[in-house]
Amino acid sequence: MMRLENIALERRGRRIIEGVSLPVAPGQILAIVGPNGAGKSTLLAAMSADLSPSAGMIRLDNRDLHRWAPLDLARRRAVMPQAARLGFSLPVQGVVALGRSPFERSHTRAENAAAVARALRAADVTHLVNRSYETLSGGEQQRVQLARAIAQLDIEDGKAQPILLLDEPTANLDLAHQHAVLRLARNLTERGVAVVAILHDLGLAFTYGDLVLVLHEGRAVAHGDPHDVLTPELMGRVFAVDGTIVAGHLIVRGPIAA
Amino acid sequence: MSDLALRESLVYALPRGARYVVAAALLLVAMAVSLAIGAVPLSLHDVMRALLGTSEDARQAAVIWQLRLPRTLMAGLVGAGLGLAGAMTQGLFRNPIADPGLIGASAGAAVVTAALIVFGGMLLPPGWLPYALPLGAFAGSVAVIAIVSRIAMVEARTSVALLLLAGIALNAIAMAGTGFLVYLSDDRQMRDITFWTLGSVGGATWIKVWALAPCVIVPLLLSPWFGRALDALNLGEREAAHLGFRVERVKRAACLAFALAVGGAVSVSGIIGFVGLVVPHLVRLTFGAQHRVLLPLAALGGATLLILADIVARTIVAPAELPIGLITSFVGGPFFIALLLRRRREIAT
Repeated sequence: MMRLENIALERRGRRIIEGVSLPVAPGQILAIVGPNGAGKSTLLAAMSADLSPSAGMIRLDNRDLHRWAPLDLARRRAVMPQAARLGFSLPVQGVVALGRSPFERSHTRAENAAAVARALRAADVTHLVNRSYETLSGGEQQRVQLARAIAQLDIEDGKAQPILLLDEPTANLDLAHQHAVLRLARNLTERGVAVVAILHDLGLAFTYGDLVLVLHEGRAVAHGDPHDVLTPELMGRVFAVDGTIVAGHLIVRGPIAA
Repeated sequence: MSDLALRESLVYALPRGARYVVAAALLLVAMAVSLAIGAVPLSLHDVMRALLGTSEDARQAAVIWQLRLPRTLMAGLVGAGLGLAGAMTQGLFRNPIADPGLIGASAGAAVVTAALIVFGGMLLPPGWLPYALPLGAFAGSVAVIAIVSRIAMVEARTSVALLLLAGIALNAIAMAGTGFLVYLSDDRQMRDITFWTLGSVGGATWIKVWALAPCVIVPLLLSPWFGRALDALNLGEREAAHLGFRVERVKRAACLAFALAVGGAVSVSGIIGFVGLVVPHLVRLTFGAQHRVLLPLAALGGATLLILADIVARTIVAPAELPIGLITSFVGGPFFIALLLRRRREIAT
């Protein structure tokens, strides 16, 4: 269980995040939404332990995130980056296998190979295994990175309660794969994974988020069940769009006329 | 691109051990040829007998034990050090055009070595110089790497353009320093320095081999550990950290390791360019880009290549000798240009 306690974050002397508190519970998808520059990626970077909070604390199992040994942390949480270029070309198989590096000593070679094969299947990239990563399209690369992150999740015995952090996992994907990725995230929550995803599409956040966190100018302006949070009033105020919920679906009609 | 995919799948299907066997066999062949060829041509049978100490011809034994074996071993160790250092530099900076020579690490080692050649006799107890040379060269190359990588670091990412430009600047400074030392030196020292700035393994002695061996073997023994970390770094520094690697520690350790290899190599043989660039590239083309495989194979390949280059250096204008650095630059320079042409777009951005 990860807990953010009143954290503030700064980048190059500028305060990006202010006073955010939040639990990240196993078995749930937390969707982070907000307009550009709201601080979503910065918040996710702090949850990945890339950044330390300038105030407040992030705890994982009641221990300060920055006091975790990097390897122990890697066995508990995986991060899917927004865009990643390799320095040197590798086949897809090799990229996904890197996701198992935290488990190279703790698991057998066969166990790790099985985890890689499962992750390839889950992210629907098995047919690409022998392709060279740099020859793939942006969307395919993203799914390979997703497979790598899934391979890093320790979900075999269902006890580890790993955390999966996704930075705009749907950015380059076609519609079918957008839904496939989030459905996959939902399946993972059934195995005790806590998923945190930055999403730009409010409709996807509404449909797949168990909880939604709305960031606006570095502050959490709303947090809770998507039905309660994504009100027409909030969508107008924070996103400047005219949106409503109709028969269980979120409809965005367009920007509010000035 | 499908043929690329096919080739990669074939290469990865080859068992790991087989790649080492192939590389080691090539190295042994090169060593055997290097021991047999020279002013006194020997048959492989003669070479074997001399090595085993069963030769009746004392002159043959002397040629092997005093001249060709130390020279072959030194060429092999220098090549292994340069190949390994090149593969590590490229992995560390995530770029196939990084090379210890291009970023100034070799020149940093060279200036300290030249200083030791000129002043070492005055400062050090007699007999210490051969062992002080690799250590001093190591310090020189560490200093240059520290400066260059600090200049090239922008917002936690290494800019390749800055890296190479900083390398040019430090190369120029170090060359000026070396030139100044040549100016200060006496006749014998000047011959030593000049011979050695062109790059040569001609002055091989057993002492140099023993002084060089740990500089190459220690980083080589650490290469499985570095290989794992550099493979993760291939994804990006943040991504490697997410996989549980202590990235800053890895980077510092890798810099020290390749500086040791470069320093050792430069201190005994001068600046031999492009081995660190060409060898890892060829290994990557044939065996793929995984560093845990690449590092040891780049060492084996570098050793093979430099032994072969040395054979050319001492036979092509026999009875005289060409400096080996000329040969590697003649081959490596055009290779580097070809590499630039292929990657123009990426590098320009």
